[in-house]
Amino acid sequence: MNCQNCNKNTATIHLTEITNGKRQERHLCESCAQNDGIAVNAQIPLNDLLNNLLAAQPKDQNVFDSESTPCPKCNITTDKINKQALLGCPEDYDIFSESLNKIIDKYQDGGKVHCGKVPQNQYDKTTQDLELANLKQALEEAITQERYEDAAHLRDKISQIQ
Amino acid sequence: MNIDNIGTKVSKWFQDSGESPQVIISSRIRLARNISNHRFTAHCDHQEKNAIISELKMAILQTSIGPLAQYIDIATASQLQKELLIERHLISKHLCRNRGPRGAIISEDEAFTAMLNEEDHLRMQVILPGLRLDQCWDVVNRIDTEIENQVRFAFDQRLGYLTACPTNVGTGIRVSLMLHLPALKMTKQIEKLLNATKEMKLAVRGLFGEGTDALGDFFQISNQITLGIKEEDIIAKLTQKLIPKIVEYELVAREHLLRHENSLLEDKIYRARGILENAYLINSKEALFLLSNLRLGINLGKIKDIDIATINELFMLTQPAHLQKNAGGSLTPNERDELRAKIIRNKLSTHKI
Ligand SMILES: [Zn+2]
Ligand SMILES: [Zn+2]
Repeated sequence: MNCQNCNKNTATIHLTEITNGKRQERHLCESCAQNDGIAVNAQIPLNDLLNNLLAAQPKDQNVFDSESTPCPKCNITTDKINKQALLGCPEDYDIFSESLNKIIDKYQDGGKVHCGKVPQNQYDKTTQDLELANLKQALEEAITQERYEDAAHLRDKISQIQ
Repeated sequence: MNIDNIGTKVSKWFQDSGESPQVIISSRIRLARNISNHRFTAHCDHQEKNAIISELKMAILQTSIGPLAQYIDIATASQLQKELLIERHLISKHLCRNRGPRGAIISEDEAFTAMLNEEDHLRMQVILPGLRLDQCWDVVNRIDTEIENQVRFAFDQRLGYLTACPTNVGTGIRVSLMLHLPALKMTKQIEKLLNATKEMKLAVRGLFGEGTDALGDFFQISNQITLGIKEEDIIAKLTQKLIPKIVEYELVAREHLLRHENSLLEDKIYRARGILENAYLINSKEALFLLSNLRLGINLGKIKDIDIATINELFMLTQPAHLQKNAGGSLTPNERDELRAKIIRNKLSTHKI
């Protein structure tokens, strides 16, 4: 089998990556694999191989389709964000929210609102409202699934907050 | 933990095999955090990176892990020191390759590491042997809360913890497990693993190479979703639903091999043992392949005088930087293979139970 990338050399590296139940196989020659950041050296430990696989994931599409004004806080340009796939400062989430929400939406499989840990010093009315909404949703689920013990437990929690 | 002594012994956390050791090698949980009033690391100058380090260093060293931990300046560490830390899963290649002020805080047993100025300002991880995600979460969550009392993290009510890469927002959590699935591989049933992971958005990574089949025995699975699901729910789904299923598939496959392909299995295991105990030159791929088979032999009860901890130790200590540390100087590839074989021979002959 020839290398998928250069189509010249024999493919000696066979990678299988499974993401979200989708299987993807790549067959590369040693030099193309190396260019891709996949270590093929006989002395490379297992952990490295796995880390390299992580690093060799194909980059997602660009965050921004067109250029817009840089972040006034950190001055990062949309072009730079596209290139490095990293943001400049926490404020960017506000400033570029429209484009970022699209990416987040796609990557997070529809998960839109944080419902995990909240720093104690940042817990406020909004947090409480969100928490309440989450608990109510969980309560409904528990009732439809006839998990009555869980439901009672959730009801207690809700009345505690209210 | 002393940076000068690192590399001579196996990490303390890796000295026992943990729960479900037949299939699960290790559990790891990582949290990504950033300080609210700073730019993200990749967009910082040296001065700002230094400010981030001093703020985080002070906060972390004041937590309950502080007295047991040590700060290591990665910017001034030697190449060998950095490679040792990478081989021990304590820092990432990314941290090693980054430029400018950066560091790591590592606990004495090496189960806890905080990387400063990696992709995010702070990346903390707890790693434990076997299936111990609950315990990993308890520890990392507790230390995170202790840090939060002193540092204001970048956080948004809707998006959760804000990270340099927009795909990590929310909990900023990455839960991963390293699995050893030789029987599923031998019976060509890896598809079962794939199907089991379909109901949860997960990444499964494995490596197959011609003639390097052992690499295909190891798989890493980790969560992809960080927004809209609680930390505890991710862990519960993995620990209570997915992992028991995968463990069962692997154990059923082993049972099948024992019943129908016993001689093939025994040949693989005892051949591996024979070579490991007698070889004078062994490269890392071959060592991994043979140690994987030996691990299977121990888990199947065919080999009773060697334990999993010994295999774990050999996996760690026969890596290139560890060999170089052991030799006290640089080695040619040939010398490395020679030393690797010697360490394995000695360990297997002296550490029988
Ligand atoms: Zn090629
Ligand atoms: Zn910005």
